[in-house]
Amino acid sequence: MQALAEAAGKFVFFIGLIVLNIAAILTWVERKQSAVMQDRIGANRATIFGIRMLGMFHMLADMLKLFTKEFFIPMGARRFVYLLAPMISLLFALVGFAAIPFGDTLILGGREIPLQIANVNIGILYIFAVLGMAVYGVVLGAWASNNNYALLGGLRASAQMLSYEVAIGVSLVGVIMVYQTVDLMEIARAQGQLLWGWLPQWGILLQPLGFLIFMTAGIAETKRIPFDAPEGESEIVGYFIEYSGMGFGMYFLTDFLETILIASLTVTFFLGGFQVPYLYADGFHFPWGQAILLPNIAVAALQFLSFLIKLIVLLFIMMAIRWTLPRFRYDQIMHLGWKILLPASLINILITAVVLTIIG
Amino acid sequence: MLLHFAAPFIFVIVAAAFIALNLLISRLLQPRVPSAGKNTTYECGEIPIGSSWVQFNIRFYVITLIFVIFDVEIVFLVPWAVVFKDLGWFAFVEVVIFVFILLVGLAYAWRKGDLEWDKPETGKFARDAAPQLFEEVGTERQQTVQEVTL
Repeated sequence: MQALAEAAGKFVFFIGLIVLNIAAILTWVERKQSAVMQDRIGANRATIFGIRMLGMFHMLADMLKLFTKEFFIPMGARRFVYLLAPMISLLFALVGFAAIPFGDTLILGGREIPLQIANVNIGILYIFAVLGMAVYGVVLGAWASNNNYALLGGLRASAQMLSYEVAIGVSLVGVIMVYQTVDLMEIARAQGQLLWGWLPQWGILLQPLGFLIFMTAGIAETKRIPFDAPEGESEIVGYFIEYSGMGFGMYFLTDFLETILIASLTVTFFLGGFQVPYLYADGFHFPWGQAILLPNIAVAALQFLSFLIKLIVLLFIMMAIRWTLPRFRYDQIMHLGWKILLPASLINILITAVVLTIIG
Repeated sequence: MLLHFAAPFIFVIVAAAFIALNLLISRLLQPRVPSAGKNTTYECGEIPIGSSWVQFNIRFYVITLIFVIFDVEIVFLVPWAVVFKDLGWFAFVEVVIFVFILLVGLAYAWRKGDLEWDKPETGKFARDAAPQLFEEVGTERQQTVQEVTL
């Protein structure tokens, strides 16, 4: 029973307070950042009692609008699948966060609480399963709409997401080889160890090629610009073209949740997860011998803050990429996925294996 | 072992409840005013003709087939990667052979052009079947082009 309460508490904290709020703020960041990058003013109309707060209230206005708009089913659609598809999409975008560690152990009232919602010991396979399910929401929704544009978007999404899932999977094999575990918590903990006594053993230092491949394939997996052929606002609108009201809202939320999921996976695998350099369970131990001892709660707070900052910086970079690059052509997307990223990630495995065997 | 998955399972239930709550709130707040025009399938304002469930390009299916092969490969690579350091060169060579066999398959699909997404040359097969006809059309068109440019 206590374990249940613990899981519920972590769910409310991590999903309710952190992830969903970041998703909401991202909708605002996306508009405001693009405005700054393109020398425009951007969202600034929504006010509460004359307070504008840089247009921050637009995310509230957007949410209210999505809630109060009619969600109707077009005549040609398959009702059951049409209603089911966005729910599948959103459900599996949420479920992925269960395996993300956002801190080490927190000791509260004598109980050791691992700061991870579900401690799955085959974390990476779980993540693959969740990412794989994301394709279903898109393709089923596109097919059930009985709309030409939606079907085109769904077809493009299916081939694109499947292609890049292969690259994601193969690039992570290198990470598994280095840390010798598929448990996300263990991977994050292993990144706290030091190389040659002073360099934190982060994934980006041990697997630089893997990091690049994972980031690229991850952005493609979220269907964001420059890989937004399935959505292509200016040509086919997207696989969700027939969805209105909350149906569209669910796809919209899924889009941002998947971006956060990919970013937090990148942080966990390559940017040291929740690790702060030289911070251990009992405080800082610098390589030059100095030590600052800290209580457990301060360490946990620092680790969580470190995870959050890394996540936000990465999300900001992903958004900046969105407003920097133009959309790739579809044949370029498939070319990149199969002919460049897949061979590159296989070569990455080969190099990792040879180096690890020589070092021992 | 099974207990490891109790937490994700509870998570699925809570997430489903969250989605249901969203839909319920939206259902209570939204108006319901159906009309024939609104419920028509969107096609840039035109009345849609026919169903959109048509035959689609076979290449999407081929890509899915190649994906299945490589996804299974990843599942085989993961346990090897975990115990790689203990197994040493022998297991490494075995995995290289295993990946090589799959790479031959990828090379075959590559060579066959299944990974190419450029539009194939217009009427390539028809031209092979009836070259005479295409030559006639070609010369006619060239003449028209010349006339226009003159």
